[in-house]
Amino acid sequence: MSTSMEASTPAAHQGFADATMIDHESDLLQISLGPHHPSTHGVFRMDVVLDGERVVKLKPVFGYLHRNHEKIAESTTYLASIPYTDRLDYMCSLSNNWAYALSVEKLAGLQVPERAEYIRVIAAELTRLQNHASTIGFLMQEMGASGTPLMYAFREREKILDLFEALTGSRMMCNYMRFGGCRVDLPAGWLDQARKTVDEYPRFLDEFESLLASNEILLARTQGVGVLPPKLAIQGGVTGPILRASGVNYDIRKVDRYGIYERFDFKVPLGEHGDVYDRYMIRMLEMRESLKILDQALHQITPGPIIDPKAKIRGFRPKPGEAYGRIESPKGELGFYLISDGTPNPYRYRVRPPSLINLTVLEDMCLGSSLADTVVIFGTIDIVLGEVDR
Amino acid sequence: MNLEEIKSTLEAAIPGCSPQIVTNGSPSGQHSLLLDREHAFVAAMFLRDDPTLCLDYCSNVTGLDWLDTETSEKVKVTQLVDGVEKEVDEVRKTRTPGYLEAVYHLYSMQKKHGPLVVRLRTENRTDSVHLPSFTPIWRSAEFQEREVFDLFGIIFDGHPDLRRILMWDEFEDHPMRKDYVEPDDYEYEPTPHDAVLKKALEHRNRISTPDGQGA
Amino acid sequence: MDQQLKIELSQQGIFATTMEELYNWGRKNSVWPLTFGLACCAIEMIATTMARYDLARFGAEVFRPSPRQADLMIVAGTVTKKMAPQVVRLYNQMPEPKYVIAMGACAISGGPFKQGYSVLKGIDRYIPVDVHIPGCPPRPEALIDAFITLQKKIDAQALTGEARPRHLRDDTPSEFPVPTYGAHDLQPAKNPTLWHITTNATSPKPLPTGTDESGRD
Repeated sequence: MSTSMEASTPAAHQGFADATMIDHESDLLQISLGPHHPSTHGVFRMDVVLDGERVVKLKPVFGYLHRNHEKIAESTTYLASIPYTDRLDYMCSLSNNWAYALSVEKLAGLQVPERAEYIRVIAAELTRLQNHASTIGFLMQEMGASGTPLMYAFREREKILDLFEALTGSRMMCNYMRFGGCRVDLPAGWLDQARKTVDEYPRFLDEFESLLASNEILLARTQGVGVLPPKLAIQGGVTGPILRASGVNYDIRKVDRYGIYERFDFKVPLGEHGDVYDRYMIRMLEMRESLKILDQALHQITPGPIIDPKAKIRGFRPKPGEAYGRIESPKGELGFYLISDGTPNPYRYRVRPPSLINLTVLEDMCLGSSLADTVVIFGTIDIVLGEVDR
Repeated sequence: MNLEEIKSTLEAAIPGCSPQIVTNGSPSGQHSLLLDREHAFVAAMFLRDDPTLCLDYCSNVTGLDWLDTETSEKVKVTQLVDGVEKEVDEVRKTRTPGYLEAVYHLYSMQKKHGPLVVRLRTENRTDSVHLPSFTPIWRSAEFQEREVFDLFGIIFDGHPDLRRILMWDEFEDHPMRKDYVEPDDYEYEPTPHDAVLKKALEHRNRISTPDGQGA
Repeated sequence: MDQQLKIELSQQGIFATTMEELYNWGRKNSVWPLTFGLACCAIEMIATTMARYDLARFGAEVFRPSPRQADLMIVAGTVTKKMAPQVVRLYNQMPEPKYVIAMGACAISGGPFKQGYSVLKGIDRYIPVDVHIPGCPPRPEALIDAFITLQKKIDAQALTGEARPRHLRDDTPSEFPVPTYGAHDLQPAKNPTLWHITTNATSPKPLPTGTDESGRD
């Protein structure tokens, strides 16, 4: 096979053509980290300029997983977009379902029965548990604890995925929520199984924490690293655990009180320093608060209908208008902006991706730190490329 | 503060600023404020810094493409038909030129209220349409405005780093525009249906293959 | 060698084998995959290596971040047009013998994201694929099954003769041209020597001319 096609190519891809070049004048080293890199959570890429070991410039490069989700959604029906929302943030498909269903409910003015609201809360909080556990597992992996913490996290994740599979039929791509409710009711014995999983979960957290929280290497690698001041966090539109680790009290579950979150007694953990350690710790604490919510929800849930009888799943045509709905997904504020023109397809379908917008401040957090720390700081932002690039 | 009050506050605070309220027919009731291009930047700055509004958090930025629309209405016109005055139906066509829109959803993290939906409109939908960038006011708009530039082709003046974000730099189209034509790679569709079937048939009609392998 | 004789000998404590068997036995049980996750399927790939599914049982727990040390590329997820040149380049950087598993609907054909402007309709347009796994995403069991299928394939490869695999021949390429970014699409949109329409019937199935709209919306 001739390789003339490659040879005749001009520097088609700047980043790769001069991926590693040394500028002898300034002693700065320009490197391209990704899109194939073990610690970039998929196909994320950053162009980094290093002075010795210190980062002096960092530009994220996106688009390696741009799957034209929005364009597809605009050429298909409202219902047919639900499976696509699963694949946005593929760690948390149920949260994505909820955000989308919530926006359509706002757009069309649908009500959700109480039981469905409970199921949604349970599903979303279970999602948060498994997401935060795996995030911390991946974070430890990036600090060099190769394998073990991630194995522990995935062991727990599998237990939650079993629950998802029993409920929705799929481990990851749940495609479960519908406008005005949920697709199917809980299977027999599911609640008992969920209670058992929730009751056992604190043991894992205690074990995890006793192994990690006072680990000398972990403290050295995280405390005072990648500090994000609260002002910058707000200015950069950062949401989710990262924002709260910087001490800003903004949790959409409390602010918007969507669903039935006002019924539950839970706290919003806040950080003080806004460093990597706080972002790690906030996730540990949020898991404990999620367990509190789950414990209440699993005991309060009562039988009833699971979908609004007025909701028309097929042939659904909302009145012309627009709506923006948002939830507190495990990554931050996940919003859907929908415009209806009265046809079965949305005129405009926009996802507000928390992962993408949280990366706005990545450069500010990384400047001056070493390249190894950059990987750790990046790990605490907790991005999923499916959502960043959509 | 409701939308009417925000509108009058803006009018009072910024001379020459004339925001309009765009109503929304959906039960969500999220009406929006259309800012004029000249005063948009100052108005946005005011929205952020005003102590009662304090919209310090720009959540969502997105683009919209509205194609040229043609509405036709029947009008009764009196005309001389064979020397007799008669009322005749005439179809009058009004052509509304299309435009692009940038929509911002603003919230206040400090006061915990929102959203205020702010819209900006371009003059037309050609390849060089300009809007003021809000990135100097809210940094969270940085990547999202780049995305709007990439996918819709709105040029944001004042943006610090306006490059394509999702597509590669050599790409020339703006794929989220409604009249975008995607590359024709429908040569092999084993299970076509609906829109894909239509495109596969179009492809087969376009490329006639003697051995029938083109389908 | 006669299988019956072999079994008989092994009962006598004599282990007889051929060079080919020994060579393939060694190769198939130490396939090192490339740490290469693209999208959703990568999470299932990670789950496969974790405690519950434990890919290590099949000798493939050593994921290598560098293509130079890897034998197997698991294309786990959607290959976008922006990513495709990098995937081909990584494949070219892997030393022979090398294998590819296309994991999930997207890697096979573009999957749910097939219609649209930025997704490649299957990685086999640019590089040869040994095993395809359907599913969105495939379960870890499916990946393990694909892995066993690949092991069988390796086991059956001849060392000599006309049927010997690519890495033992001089006349077959082990590197493939890397597509470049064009103004509207990748250039070229496919590798015509590698990818052709696989209609096995004498005449391709005609496309239906209309759709049944009843019951759809």
